[in-house]
This record gives sequence, C-alpha cells and structure tokens, in this order.
Amino acid sequence: MNHDPYLLPNGRVLRYSFRERLIHWMAGLSYLYLLLSGLAFWTPWLFWIAIVLGGGTVARELHPWFGIVFMIAVVLMYGMWGHQMGKSPSDKAWWASIGHYIRNEDDKMPSADRFNPGQKLLFWGFLVNGVLLLLSGLVLWLPQYIPWNLHLVRPIAVFLHAVCFLFTVALFIIHVYMGTAMERGAFGSVIRGDVSRAWADHHHHSWYQQLLRNSTTRK
Amino acid sequence: MSQAATEIVRISGHSGTVPGAGLNREYQVCKLVDTTTCIGCKACEVACLEWNGYTFTQTTFDNSYQTMPETAWNYWNLIKFNEHEREDGSMMLLMRKDQCMHCADPGCLAACPADAAIVQYANGIVDFQEANCIGCGYCMSGCPFNIPKFSPKARKVFKCTLCNDRVSEGLEPACIKACPTGCLHFGTKSEMKELAETRATQLRDNSGFRDAGVYDPPGVGGTGVIYVLHDAKHPELYGGLPRDPHIPTLVKLWKTPLRWLGNFGILFGAVGVFVHYLRFGPKVVKEDESKSTGEGL
Repeated sequence: MNHDPYLLPNGRVLRYSFRERLIHWMAGLSYLYLLLSGLAFWTPWLFWIAIVLGGGTVARELHPWFGIVFMIAVVLMYGMWGHQMGKSPSDKAWWASIGHYIRNEDDKMPSADRFNPGQKLLFWGFLVNGVLLLLSGLVLWLPQYIPWNLHLVRPIAVFLHAVCFLFTVALFIIHVYMGTAMERGAFGSVIRGDVSRAWADHHHHSWYQQLLRNSTTRK
Repeated sequence: MSQAATEIVRISGHSGTVPGAGLNREYQVCKLVDTTTCIGCKACEVACLEWNGYTFTQTTFDNSYQTMPETAWNYWNLIKFNEHEREDGSMMLLMRKDQCMHCADPGCLAACPADAAIVQYANGIVDFQEANCIGCGYCMSGCPFNIPKFSPKARKVFKCTLCNDRVSEGLEPACIKACPTGCLHFGTKSEMKELAETRATQLRDNSGFRDAGVYDPPGVGGTGVIYVLHDAKHPELYGGLPRDPHIPTLVKLWKTPLRWLGNFGILFGAVGVFVHYLRFGPKVVKEDESKSTGEGL
C-alpha cells in the first residue's frame, strides 16, 4: 500500500485533497463574509457588524461580489462532490437512527459512505438555497434594471433572499458546530486533509473499507 | 414645525388667559396637484433642478411631451403625459406631476435596513439621509410609486425631499413657487384636502367630469401629495398612478414576522448546539492503532 493515494505512508488517511480543501474554504470564507454582512442588513440590532466590515456602503458593495465567489465555489463543489452526494440505500436507516447520532451512540449507527446523509443534506441544502439566493440576489443587486411592470419581482426577491438566508444559517450553525467542537478530527481533515485510520473507520466505515479493498486490488 | 418654538403654552406671572394656548395648530404639510389645470409647461421640473442643484442631462425621446420615461436620481419631478382617448372619441392630454408622494405609511422607510437612512418628520415629509444610505436599493422594492432612484455614481438612492430645506424655513417647495397656472398648492393637509374636494365638486357639478375626485390613497395611510383627477376611478391613466397602493405584503412579512421567527431560530440554533455540547460532548474516536496520533488538530 505504499503508493496508495488515500492510505498515506504515515498511517493516516487522506480525506480531502488539496483541491477539495481549497474550494471548501473558498466557499467557507466567502460565506462567512456573506453571513456577517447579511446579518448586518437583516436586523438593526446587528447593523454594527457593517461598521466593522468597512461601513454599510462598502459591505453592501462587496456582498454581491462575495456572493458570486461563493456561488462559483458551490458550482465547483457540485462538479467535485455531486456524484458522491446521491441517495444510497442505507440513508433511510441512518436518518431513522439520528437520535443515536445526536446522543453520540455511534456504534448503533448504520455505516456511512464518504459522506453521511447529514453531509448530503448540507450539500444539497447549500446548493439549492445558494441558487435561490443568487437569483433573488441578482434582483436585489441591480433593482434599477427590473422594469417597473415587473416590480412585483422585487419584494419577492427581498422575501426569498431572507428565507433562504435563514435556511443556510441553520445549516451553517450545525455544520460549524459539528466540524469544530463536536467531531474531533474533522476540522483538521479540511485544513491538512488527513484523518486517522480509526477516525475514517468510525465515521465513514463504508468509505474506509472501500479504500482498503481498492488498495488490496491495486497491489 | 418651526412654529412650535414660538407657540406659547404657559406664561409666568401673567393674569388672564394665555394667548394662543390650546390652539390646535396643524403641522402636517401637503402639496396639492390639480391635474385639471396643469398645462404641462414643466416650470416645476426646472425649478426642482434649479433648487436642488442638478443640471439637465441627456434624456430619451419617447414620442411624447414627457421629458424622460420616469423620474431619475437627479430628476425628482417629472410631468407624465398621456394622450387619452375618451369614450366619445375625443382626445384628452392627461398631465400629472410625478414625484415622491410622502406617504404617511412609507414603504421605502419600512424596507430600509440602514440605520437612519430614511426619516419621517412630524410634518409628514419623508426624507432620505444620504450620509446614512448604504445604497442597497431596498427602498426601491418597498415603494409602490417607483420613486427612489439609484445613482450609479454616488452608489446611493435619491428622491424628492418635498423641499424639506425650504419648508423648514417657512417657504413653499420650489415646484409650487414656479407653477404659473396655480395648479400647484401648498399648505396643511386639511386645507389642501378641503381645497381639493371643492375643486372636485366643481368639476363634477359644473364641468361634466362625473368621476372627478381626489387621490389620497388610504392604502399608504394617505399621502403628503394629493391629486385632483378628472377621472378618479382610473388613476392609472395618469402616468400609471397606482389604483390602490400599499407597502408590498412580502416586505411587511419580511420586516416583522419573518425577522422575529428568524432571530428566534438563529438564537435557538446557537444555544441548541451549545447545550448539546454540554449534554453529550464531542464525538471522540478511540485510537486503537498505535501508529496514528489521534486528534486532527
């Protein structure tokens, strides 16, 4: 298994390639800006965030551009991960035992593939909401180009943008919590790329077993 | 408004009644546009440019007398022309001075997310504070009259101020001062309303305009600019004046119920994951392989 691309010589497992990490952080950091500036525009209580981001006018000016960066990252993610995010037969059983997952009784969970159903939900949630945010965001970005006889599109965009924003915040809170505090090792995997073998076997059993099988056939 | 400073309520060491006490002074100002006596001379357009310090720029010819298709960020006052064919086949040139309506319930202000970018004064004037405007354009989505306009250069939104700077000094707005026919009037809301109703009655009784009436739409709580129309049943004929304007429902839903729901949801989520951590802690993988060193970071 010396030259296996996933089972690293130092005894660790490559979870995310450099390209995957780079695109993840392209999305992550642009989303962070979008979230902070978005929260500033969302409620007067948080308008002070706009001051920190260079003032309301600057935040308003940059927000759409970060949106474009974020959406490019989302499209790249779709190309990179879309085929691994399809439904698999064990997903239903996984969701059925979500209570065990929440209580950290992971031994009672069905084994997960490279991405578990929760991660798939995150992926599709961000993709669908991202597209809706992009469409409504374009209207909000350049409202002067929406002709007046189509002006009903503007309030629809205002509302849709806020609703989709809230969905992504829900996904974001869970994602960040799980990726940093809850799942030890996960944050390292998206920074340095590798995880321990035990981690791979524990969290993504099916994926790890497949790596092992591929490795033996390659030999 | 400035009159309030000279209005005496109590006087020290004074015998007898306080002169002027209990006086019911109305501060609500109003502009009355009588479309039936407008001749489309555009003196108001020029006065508006002059007073507010804008210069005339290139425009679009639309096969009509109208200066440009709609008001612009640096052109707040525009007479809208409509060649209207009546039922009997005769022609009427309907002219309406379009500008900010200064709604009692302003949609721009409701939609604006920037602190103090839009204010409403006690005299009813709705004014943009460009220093606080962030140029998001949400006011453009909240306005039912298509009034706020984005300046690509300033990256901010502009509109008619009802000459707030003049009115606060006791002067009438520039457009009123320039009008040569007297179709524009300025005064308190109740005075203007009364004058408008008188004129509408006159039109109905003496001039054969059975549907003449006053446009002061209740959907936005009434407006600081009211119109006398020959045909109040069809305000759309007057350059697309909306029949029943109101703040878009989705803007209202966004600003109140959705915001509270969202704030609650975000707080619930943030507290929820924290409580989860306290209760269940992290998912730690036991490293039974001595080679790998456990934690990722």
